[in-house]
Amino acid sequence: MGRPTCCDGTTPSAARTWGTELDIFIQQVVSGLATGGIYASVALALVMIYQATDVVNFAQGEMAMFATYVCWSLLNAGMPYWGAFLATLGIAFVGGVVIERVVIRPVEQAPILSIVIVTLGLLVICNSLAGWIWTYVQKPFPSPFPSKPFKAGNIVFGAHDLGQIGVTLVVLVCIYLFFRFTPLGLAMRAAAHNPVSSRLVGIRVGWMLALGWGLAAVFGAVAGMMVAPNLTLEPNLMGGVQIYAFAAATLGGFTSPGGAVLGGFIVGVVENLVGTYVSFIGTELKFTVALAMIIVVLLVKPTGLFGRTVVKRV
Amino acid sequence: MIASRALRVVGLLALLAVACALPLVLSNFRLFQFSQVYIYAIAILGLNMLTGYNGQFSLGHGAFYAVGAYVSAIMMDRWNVPYGWTIPVAGVLCLVVGFLFGLPALRLEGLYLALATFSLALAVPQILKYFEHWTGGSQGIVLSKPNAPFGLRLNPDQWLYFVTLATLVVLFWMGANLLRGRVGRAIVAIRDNHIAAEAMGVNSALYKSLVFGVSAAYTGVAGALSASVIAYVAPDSFNVFLSVTLLIGSVIGGLASISGAVFGALFIQFVPNWAQDISKAAPWAIFGVFLIVFMYVMPFGIAGAIRLLWIRATRSRAQQEGRSAVPSQAHTTT
Repeated sequence: MGRPTCCDGTTPSAARTWGTELDIFIQQVVSGLATGGIYASVALALVMIYQATDVVNFAQGEMAMFATYVCWSLLNAGMPYWGAFLATLGIAFVGGVVIERVVIRPVEQAPILSIVIVTLGLLVICNSLAGWIWTYVQKPFPSPFPSKPFKAGNIVFGAHDLGQIGVTLVVLVCIYLFFRFTPLGLAMRAAAHNPVSSRLVGIRVGWMLALGWGLAAVFGAVAGMMVAPNLTLEPNLMGGVQIYAFAAATLGGFTSPGGAVLGGFIVGVVENLVGTYVSFIGTELKFTVALAMIIVVLLVKPTGLFGRTVVKRV
Repeated sequence: MIASRALRVVGLLALLAVACALPLVLSNFRLFQFSQVYIYAIAILGLNMLTGYNGQFSLGHGAFYAVGAYVSAIMMDRWNVPYGWTIPVAGVLCLVVGFLFGLPALRLEGLYLALATFSLALAVPQILKYFEHWTGGSQGIVLSKPNAPFGLRLNPDQWLYFVTLATLVVLFWMGANLLRGRVGRAIVAIRDNHIAAEAMGVNSALYKSLVFGVSAAYTGVAGALSASVIAYVAPDSFNVFLSVTLLIGSVIGGLASISGAVFGALFIQFVPNWAQDISKAAPWAIFGVFLIVFMYVMPFGIAGAIRLLWIRATRSRAQQEGRSAVPSQAHTTT
C-alpha cells in the first residue's frame, strides 16, 4: 500500500498513486460487501436451522444451487426475471418444508452426527440430480441489474454488486421484521428457544421447524440467484459459497443471526482485501488465509464474535 | 462372561483366517480394494477415537492422511528409504503434528472445532502445491510398488495386502487396549462430562491433545500405507472430500466402536461402486440415498445396530442374571 507521507507536492505522482490506491481499496471493499451479502444470506440460513435443531445443514448451498437451476428453467420458459425470482422463492420454500418433513423428521431423534450425515447425503443428491437434469455444462445466468457500471468520482462500482447488496439488505430487513413483529415469527423463535414450553402453550413445534427449513431454503435461493451471474451456473456453484458461509456463521457466532450476517460481510471483505493486497497469496491461497484469520479470531473468542456462551448446569 | 470372551477371540481369529485366505481367491484388483478398506479402517479408527470416544469433531482428518502419505512418499522418493521404515516415521510425525494442532483446538468446541479442522483440510492441497520443490506440485510423486521380501512368491499387490492387514491388526489391538483401559475410560469420561472427569482427577487438556495426537498418528499411518499401495501421491487426492468421506465412514460404521471402523471402511470403499452400477447417470444421488437410508434404519451406525440386536437377543438371559442389559448406546463401547 502507498504511504501517505508526501503532502508538500514534491512527488505528485506518488500523491496520485495514493488516490488511486484509495479508489481501488474502496472498490475492493464494495465488491467484498457484495459477495459478503451472499455469504451472509447462506450463513443466516445455516444459523436458523442450527438454532432450531442444533444441526448444521451441509446441503444448504446445494439446495440453493438447485433453486437457482429452477429459476434458470423458468426464465428459459419465458418468464420475466422478477416473476421467475418470486416463483423460485415459493418453490424453494415448499421444497425446504418438504425436505424437513420427509428427510429430516424421521431422524430427529438420532445423534447429531447422524443427522449431519443425512444432510451430507442431501448434498450429494442435490448435486448429482442437478448434474443429471441440467448437465454439468456451465450456463450463463442473467443479472436483473443494468450491465453499465456505476461511477462515483473515480470509483467504479459494478451495478450488479450494488444491486446484490440492495437485495440482500431488503431480505434481511424483511426477515428482521418478520421475526420481530409477527406472531408467527415469535412462535418460531419460541419453538427454537424452548421447544417444551412452546409446545405447552400450543405452538406446533414440528411445523415451526419445517417453516424454518423453508425460510432457510428461501435465503439460500436468493443467494444462489444473486451469485450465479458472477460465477456462471453449474452444479458446483455453491461449494465455495457454502464454505465461506460456514466460516461466516462461525465467526459471527452460530447462536446469533445478526452476528452471522455481519460475519458474512466481514468474510467477504477480508477475502477480497487479502486477495488484492497480500501478493504472495494471490488467488491460490486466499481461501486458506481467510479461514486462517477466522481461526485466529476464534482462538481469541471461541464462541464467535457475537455468540453467547452456553451456560450448562453441571 | 468368560464364554463370551472366548467366543469373541475365536470369531476374530476366524475372521483373520478368512482375511489371510483372500489372496488365494481374489484378483489383484479386488485385493487392492481390500487393502484400501484396511487403510480406511485404520484412518477411521483414528477419527473414531477423536470424534466417537472423545467427542471432538474433526472434519479435517484428510489433512493428517495427506501428511502421512507425503512423508512416506518423499522419504521413498528422495532418500530411498525402504517403505517399511517410512510408515512408523509418518505415524510419529503425525502424532507430533496432531498433538500440536490439538493444543489450540482445546479452546474450540463442537462446531468451532469442526470449522478449524475443516479449514485445515481445505488448506492442505493448496499448501502441498505451494511447496512444489518437495512435493512435485500438482503432478504429485510417482512411486513403485515394493516387491515381496525373503523370496516370498507373492506379487506386489498380494504382499502389500498382507502388510496393510498386519498393520491393521497391530493398530487395532493397540487401539482396543488403549480404549478399554484406564486411559480409554478417561477419554470417554471427558466426552460425557468433562467437568466431572476433571473433578475425578483427569487432566482434560492433556488427554484431549494426546487423543488428537494418537488419532492423527493412526490416520497418518493409513496415509503412509496408501502411498505404497496406490504408488502415487498427488495433492488433489487429499481434498476436503477425503475428510468428509472418513467422517461418513466413521458415523455409518458406528461412532465409539472399534469394529465400526471396519464396517465404515467397507461402506466407503464399496457402496460408491455399487451406486455406480445401479445408475451410471447419477451415481452420487444413489449414494446419497444410501446414506440417508442407512442413517434412517441405523441411527447408531452398523456397529450400533449389531449391538442392539445382540442386546435384544441376550436380554432375557441377562435379566435372569439380575442386571440391566440395556445400557444407553451412546455410552457403551465395543
